[in-house]
Amino acid sequence: MTDTQTAVASGRQVDNAEPRAVLSARGLYKEFGGFMAVNNVDIDAHHARIHALIGPNGAGKTTVFNLLTKFLKPTSGTITLEGRDITRMSPARVARLGLVRSFQISATFPHLSVLDNVRVALQRPQGLGYQFWQSLSSLERLDGRANELLESVGLQDERHKMAADLSYGRKRVLEIATTLALDPKVLLLDEPMAGMGQEDISTVSDIIRSVAKDRAVLMVEHNLKVVADLCDWVSVLQRGEVIAAGDYSSVSENEQVKLAYMGTGDE
Amino acid sequence: MADLTISQGRTGQTTRFDLLLLGVALAGLLAAPFFFYPVFVMKMLCFALFACAFNLLLGFTGLLSFGHAAFFGGAAYFTAHAVKEWGWPPEAGILLGVAGAAVMGAVMGFFAIRRQGIYFAMVTLALAQMFFFFCLQAPFTKGEDGLQGVPRGHLFGFIDLSQSLNMYYFVMAIFLIGVFAIWRIVNSPFGMILKSIRENENRAISLGYSVQGYKLAAFILSAALSGLAGGVKALVFQFATLTDVGWQMSGEVILMTLLGGIGTMAGPIAGAALVVTLQNYLATSALPVTIVTGAIFMICVLIFRRGIVGEVQARLLRKREQRADG
Repeated sequence: MTDTQTAVASGRQVDNAEPRAVLSARGLYKEFGGFMAVNNVDIDAHHARIHALIGPNGAGKTTVFNLLTKFLKPTSGTITLEGRDITRMSPARVARLGLVRSFQISATFPHLSVLDNVRVALQRPQGLGYQFWQSLSSLERLDGRANELLESVGLQDERHKMAADLSYGRKRVLEIATTLALDPKVLLLDEPMAGMGQEDISTVSDIIRSVAKDRAVLMVEHNLKVVADLCDWVSVLQRGEVIAAGDYSSVSENEQVKLAYMGTGDE
Repeated sequence: MADLTISQGRTGQTTRFDLLLLGVALAGLLAAPFFFYPVFVMKMLCFALFACAFNLLLGFTGLLSFGHAAFFGGAAYFTAHAVKEWGWPPEAGILLGVAGAAVMGAVMGFFAIRRQGIYFAMVTLALAQMFFFFCLQAPFTKGEDGLQGVPRGHLFGFIDLSQSLNMYYFVMAIFLIGVFAIWRIVNSPFGMILKSIRENENRAISLGYSVQGYKLAAFILSAALSGLAGGVKALVFQFATLTDVGWQMSGEVILMTLLGGIGTMAGPIAGAALVVTLQNYLATSALPVTIVTGAIFMICVLIFRRGIVGEVQARLLRKREQRADG
C-alpha cells in the first residue's frame, strides 16, 4: 500500500464549499440475470471537480459508466443531468445534452485522419449531419476550431496522419480532443491512463486538469498515484456497491477500502 | 474499364494521375459501343452502378445487406410495368423504379437497422425472399414468364431509344450521374458520419449521433440507386424477370463488390465488369460459369483481400509514401 501512503503524505485538500452537482445518480441498480452488478449506487459529478471511481476488477465501474451514459438501461434508479431526468434517454441524446464519455479501449476512428476525427465531432453541433449533397469543402469552416483543439493537446503536427498510425498514448490524447470538441458539461473517462507510459500520463493529467476547470470530470482509474495527484473526490466501488466516498486521504484510511484492495491483491 | 478512382490519399487530395485515369476512362466509355456489342457494355454499366450503390452501404457504412436484389429487381418490375402497361415514357418509368426501390429500402431498412452484423444480413435476406415470393405470386409480374417485350420508347418524347447508340449513351449518362451521386454522398458531411459509424459505431453514438437515422438514410440512398440500375436494366434488356429479385442476384452483387475492392470508388465497377465479362464469354464455352467465378473469388480472398482495385491502390500508396520518404 505504498501508493496510499504517498497519497496520505501529499494530503490533498478539498474545498469545504460544496460545488454544484451536474450529474447525479440515485439508487442505481443493474441486474444481469440474477447477478447484481450495480447495487444501490448514489454518485454525483460536480462542476469543476475531478471525481475518481476506483475499485478492484469486476467491481462494476464500467457498468456504472455504461448506466450513466445510457449504453445500458438501469434496472431501477434515477439519473439527472442538471436537474433533468435522463434515466430513459438514448445514449446519443444524452451526448447531445453534454454528457460525453470515452471508452476503456481507445475509441478513435482509425481510418480517418487525426483532423477528420476531431471534425466529425464538430459536425453535429454545427448542423452538418445529413447533407449528402454537399461537398467536403463545406467542412472546412470547422478547421479553425479543430486545429485549435489539436493544438491544445499537442497533436497539431500529426493532423494529417491516420489515427491508426498514432502511438497508443497519442490515440488517447486524440480521443480527449475529440471529446472536448463537443464542449461537454460532464466528461466521463474510462481508464484514460491505462497502458500509458509515465510521460504520456503526465501530459494527459495536465490536459484533464485544465479541462476540469469549467466542467465536471468523472473518471475510472486504476493507477492510485494518478488518483491521488489528480482527483478531488474518490468513490470506491466493491461488488457493485459504493463502500466509501470522500477525498483521497480519508478514503485511503478507510478500513473497508484497505480490506477490499488487499483482499483482492489489486495494487 | 471505367476507372473512377478519386483516391482519397492520406492527404485527401485528388492527384493529377487520378484525373488522367478518369479522362481515359471517360474516353473509353464514349468509344466502347464502336468496339463492343452495345448491349454487353450496357449490361456491364447497369451492374457496375448496382455494385457501386451496394458498396455505399457495405464499403462506406459497414452494413452487409443480403437483400439488394429486391431493390434492383423490384425497380426493374416497376419500370417495366409502368412503361409497358401504362405507356409511361422511359424517364418517368425509371423514376418510378427509383421511387419504388427507395420506399422498399425505407421499409426493409426500418427493420434491418435494428440488428447488427450477421443478423442485419439475415433480416435483409428474409425480407428480400418475402419480396421474391410476392413477385412469384403477384399478377402484375406475370410470374415465371416475367414482363416481356418492354418497349424502350422515346426519351423526352424525341430521342428514339430503340436505336442502340441512343440507348447506349442514355445508359452511359445515367451510369455517370449515378456514380457521381455516390461519389458525392461518400465525400460529403453525411459521408463522413457514415465512415465514422463504420469505423466505430459506439464512438459515433457517444459523440451524439443517432446512428439509426444515418444507417436508415444510407440504406434508402443505396436502395434508390440500386433501383436506378435495375430500372435501366429493364429497358436495356426489355424484360423484367424473377432472376433479378432472387437471392442469387444479391449474392452476385456482393461477389462483384468484394472482387473489385470494397470501400473504393472504382472497385465495384471493375468487379462488375469482370464478372459480367466472364459470364458473357463463358456462357458459350463448356466451362461452368459459377465454378469459374467461384474459383476466382476464392483466389481473390486468399491472395488479395482488398480486391483488385483495393490492392492496386494500396501498392500505389506505398510507392508514393516511399518516394516521399526517400
